[in-house]
Amino acid sequence: MIWLTWRQFRLQALVIVAAVAVFAVLLAVTGPGLLNDWQAQHESFLSRIKFDRINEYLYIAGQALVYAAPPVIGAFWGAPLIARELEAGTHRLVWNQSIGRTRWLVTKLAVTGLAAIAVTGLLSLAVSWWSNPIDDAIDGGQTAGIYNLPRIMPAVFGARGVVPIGYAAFAFALGVAVGLATRRSVVAIAITLTVVIAAMILSPIFLRPHLMTPAEASVIVTADNMRGLQLSGPEENPEVMRIEAALEGSGFWKISEVTVNAAGQVQKTLPSWMAGCGPGRPNAPAAEAAARPPLSECFQRLADEGYRQQIKYYPADRFWALQWRETGIFLGLALGLTGFCFWRIRRDLT
Amino acid sequence: MTAAVLRAAGLGKKYGRRWALTDCNLEVPAGHVVGLVGPNGAGKSTLLNLSVGMLTPTAGSVEVLGAPAGKQLAKVGYVAQDTPTYSRLSVAEHLKIGAHLNPGWDHSVAERRIQSIGLDPKQRAGRLSGGQRAQLALTLGLAKRPDLLLLDEPVAALDPLARREFLQDLMEAVAEQELSVVLSSHLVSDVERACDFLIVLVDSRVQVSGEIDTLLATHYRLTGPRKDQKSMPKDQHVIAASHTDVQSTYLIRTEMPILDPAWSVSRLTLEDLVLAYMGRAAQPEQTGRPLLEVQR
Repeated sequence: MIWLTWRQFRLQALVIVAAVAVFAVLLAVTGPGLLNDWQAQHESFLSRIKFDRINEYLYIAGQALVYAAPPVIGAFWGAPLIARELEAGTHRLVWNQSIGRTRWLVTKLAVTGLAAIAVTGLLSLAVSWWSNPIDDAIDGGQTAGIYNLPRIMPAVFGARGVVPIGYAAFAFALGVAVGLATRRSVVAIAITLTVVIAAMILSPIFLRPHLMTPAEASVIVTADNMRGLQLSGPEENPEVMRIEAALEGSGFWKISEVTVNAAGQVQKTLPSWMAGCGPGRPNAPAAEAAARPPLSECFQRLADEGYRQQIKYYPADRFWALQWRETGIFLGLALGLTGFCFWRIRRDLT
Repeated sequence: MTAAVLRAAGLGKKYGRRWALTDCNLEVPAGHVVGLVGPNGAGKSTLLNLSVGMLTPTAGSVEVLGAPAGKQLAKVGYVAQDTPTYSRLSVAEHLKIGAHLNPGWDHSVAERRIQSIGLDPKQRAGRLSGGQRAQLALTLGLAKRPDLLLLDEPVAALDPLARREFLQDLMEAVAEQELSVVLSSHLVSDVERACDFLIVLVDSRVQVSGEIDTLLATHYRLTGPRKDQKSMPKDQHVIAASHTDVQSTYLIRTEMPILDPAWSVSRLTLEDLVLAYMGRAAQPEQTGRPLLEVQR
């Protein structure tokens, strides 16, 4: 049975494994140089490497590949695994040999699923190892060029560590289950791609912020740490909806920020006098612009009245805890979908 | 009497709201080549799929070789409808599948058959003709060395020549391996050539089943002056009747001699017999008598 599974799987397997292997070789060739640079001198590491096109390319490509692996594996390894048999009617051939269909499914899932986990795991390991100096430098507060996102931030988080394995296992099991439910390869491929990509996009928005209790910080806004100010309403009489302040340190992921008043109540809008501060609307008469108080005064008044920013964030050292939790959740989903496959395959399928 | 290879009791299968097989009671003794005949959509595939455990019954039960269907995979061979094969795998690889997945695999049987059919082991199954593919599927079924081989319309897609060759091959294998065979077809001629036991399935019901010799010996066509059906003797089961103004023609089943001298009595061919049962299913309640099975 293992032989048959391999015989049916080898073409798809070779395509993906070859792509991953080529990329791994590129990383293996360039990685040691990068690591040496980093170990030789930590300071200004990123600004030294930022003009190196190859590193830049590999950094982005690595990210893209690790993100692409789960949906591609789910769609092209998972979805056709059973759907193609059902379409061609060959399940009626193979289920009438001397082994039962449960054992057939066990072998198919084990061989292909372990391959999916191994390939994604190795890819993620290679990419994480290669970008480790860069990620460490960013966590240490450096930024330069494209290297500006710490590893705990959504765009990087899913392309590091063990989370890609969870995604891949989930995508593969989903592909198999959808293929078994729809019995159509093409439909199953489309559904799997859509759902896996949606899950990977939605997870940092709806799941990850709730995996742990975030750390909290209270920050008083000043002209120096102000990062943003959002106005809304008519141009002559706008309201200040939101301001944002920078958080001390580096390598963290800010999840939410609200303004609270002296009593600790969350404010929907800031006091109306805030709208009169700072640079006015564009093309305003010079007299009007001159009459506006500078932002620093307003921030002082905000601070005096007890307003402050309440920031929730994951500090850099939560990275692995978050990785394991999210991986666990997706592995759990994969297990559930696998259970569905075993339940479904015992029922009528002709 | 030998043990039954296939026994169905009150067997029924429902797809959605439609019954594909209703109240099916069957007992097929070992050592026969059984022809399962009926028009398309009569429930032949359903019955076979239930027998190999591909489907689970909605009602009743089916036993194969003395165990519930699907429990003895190694002893039951099945060649499914349209003889599915892996189109990207070669003939030799199909034999390898058989060898890997069947403990009782008989390699010499498989090799010999592939040679005698003239298949190139390196050829992909997807490039075989319909007849060759059917032969490959049959080879897989036979080399497994089953006690019972079920074939679902194995020759439906074949031309007449390939049809004859396939059935001949099957007959030779049956003679060699001492296995029981159930073969479904919508053509009586296939059954006539190969089978010695008949099951007629029409409209999801078993109309008649029994050894072909016995069936032919107990069915008659009676032609004579017009006579009302109600006046027929109790031991003569009317299968079909047709009347003109002065003359009646009855197809009957009876185990008693026909004594009424008014009748001119003739034997039926297998085709007449099957058609009569098919025709009766098309007009139910015509006789008002229960459908009875042939006593063996």
